[in-house]
Amino acid sequence: MGTGILVVAEFEGGHFKKTAYELLGKALELAGGGPVTAVAIGTDQAGDLGAYGASRVFVASGDRFAHYNPSTWVQALSAAISAADPAVVLAPASPACKDAFPRLSARLGAGYATEVTELRLDGGAVVGRRPQYAGKALSDVRVRSPLALFTVRPNSFPAPAAGAGSAELVALSVGQDPVEAATKVVATEASTAGVVDLTEADRIVSGGRSVKSKEGFDSLIRPLAAAAHATPGASRAAVDAGYAPHNEQVGQTGKVVNPSLYIACGISGAIQHLAGMRTSKVIVAINKDPEAPIFGLATYGIHGDIFEICPLLTQELKATLG
Amino acid sequence: MKIGVLLKQVPATDTQVRIADPSTGIATGDVKWTINPYDEFAVEEGLRLKEAGKATEVVLLTVGGKDVEQRIRDALAMGADRALRLEDPGFEGSDCLGLARILAAAIKAEGISLVLAGKQAIDGDNAQVPAMVAELLGWGHVGSVSKLEVDGAGFKAWRTSGGGSLDVVQGGFPAVLTADKGLNEPRYASLKGIMMAKKKAIDVKGAAALGLDASTVGAGAALVVDSAWTLPPQRPAGRILQGDNAARVKELVSLLRSEAKVI
Repeated sequence: MGTGILVVAEFEGGHFKKTAYELLGKALELAGGGPVTAVAIGTDQAGDLGAYGASRVFVASGDRFAHYNPSTWVQALSAAISAADPAVVLAPASPACKDAFPRLSARLGAGYATEVTELRLDGGAVVGRRPQYAGKALSDVRVRSPLALFTVRPNSFPAPAAGAGSAELVALSVGQDPVEAATKVVATEASTAGVVDLTEADRIVSGGRSVKSKEGFDSLIRPLAAAAHATPGASRAAVDAGYAPHNEQVGQTGKVVNPSLYIACGISGAIQHLAGMRTSKVIVAINKDPEAPIFGLATYGIHGDIFEICPLLTQELKATLG
Repeated sequence: MKIGVLLKQVPATDTQVRIADPSTGIATGDVKWTINPYDEFAVEEGLRLKEAGKATEVVLLTVGGKDVEQRIRDALAMGADRALRLEDPGFEGSDCLGLARILAAAIKAEGISLVLAGKQAIDGDNAQVPAMVAELLGWGHVGSVSKLEVDGAGFKAWRTSGGGSLDVVQGGFPAVLTADKGLNEPRYASLKGIMMAKKKAIDVKGAAALGLDASTVGAGAALVVDSAWTLPPQRPAGRILQGDNAARVKELVSLLRSEAKVI
């Protein structure tokens, strides 16, 4: 039976993602002196992961890892698991890890809990807590197999301060399976290049149906999001009306988000929307209707017209944040 | 080509969730059930492939008791050909891997070569079963597909990959594809469809009929167990800002900076 914790450190655009540090910090706390290791796919460098507590960093790089492929990821993760022999694997609840982990679970016969937002020790075992019904309810989740797999919602834990440690770099030898050739990425289409994904965003500015049109969304919400250094989001009503694309929908049938700051503009707060954003640390609601349910969740509320408030707020944030 | 669509019933999205018993989960007594919205996209895509002459039959597969039959009828009314309802006392309490084993056995027995499913069910939000089915069958899969093109040899699928970008993934059959919002606009059942659905076959199969080893499914085999259910914590009451627009906006930015420390 394994010991310690293996963290999946995602690497993108030349650096490790913030989630890698969030998870290493939590892993150090949970491992109680046991080994904390990391696996990185698509790079041959350990970067600064050692300074954040990884004693060894397993890397898988080369052409096979240029694009995400579920099979190559499962192969690489399996190789890292057999080398590190951990009791627990922590990964970000990113599109790639959420796609690969069910296969990894089935291949290894290891229980997998999706998108936990808390982790704690209970009698020596790591127990997760996870939102269900898009956050309308929460449950503890325990994994009964000797190896436990968890994906963790981004922004759930603070990133720790760097220490002085360094990591041993270990290149993985990654085997092939017949499934690898079953699918192949032939192109990538970026619709909004350079924007942090809603699920990982630290700040979000969302618009509802009361922006009235696509032009309203583009002239009120997008500039405000840019001024706040935030990712734009939308309610289902705004998406269904064609004011914003599907990938910007926040809520039960869109994306569940977990930012530090969520600014809801002209969103009344249907239960499906509230479910998708209620764990945001600070919520600002701007709405004409003082009875709108969104105000029940808001840290700060402004009863007012978004067509008047949003441009003023854009200006003020530009002046403050540059 | 025979298409299998995985179907699950879930509480409607406007359900006000209550906890029945902290050890077992939510109260279901007054819940209005619907087809999982992402599964509706999968059903619709299956029907479109059949109508375009790229598939011969659309078979629904669901694990559950008699109470799921109305949801099966709803999908049959949209136009699916027939359904398999997988039920056995030994299936109860299965985790995602157990459910995937049940479904994989049925898919194999049916000779299905394309499985369509929702990218996740909006109850447990696990997003696990379809890719597990693919792994158990040794097939490729593409998750979160928002656009699909199929020709005789294979498919091209547009996969959501984060930050608003899409991977265009090429592959062949057999395969498992999961539907994201945007893939299509599901149709409403016609009156004729509803009448025809009443006559369509729903076959019920258990562990023995599927050739499943009963020790690999059900509560006894579950590796992932939920407990300690609660509603989310109440948020502390917020503050409504007063004054004219310019003053309120100034105060808000100052609070975000000095009190909440989020900008």
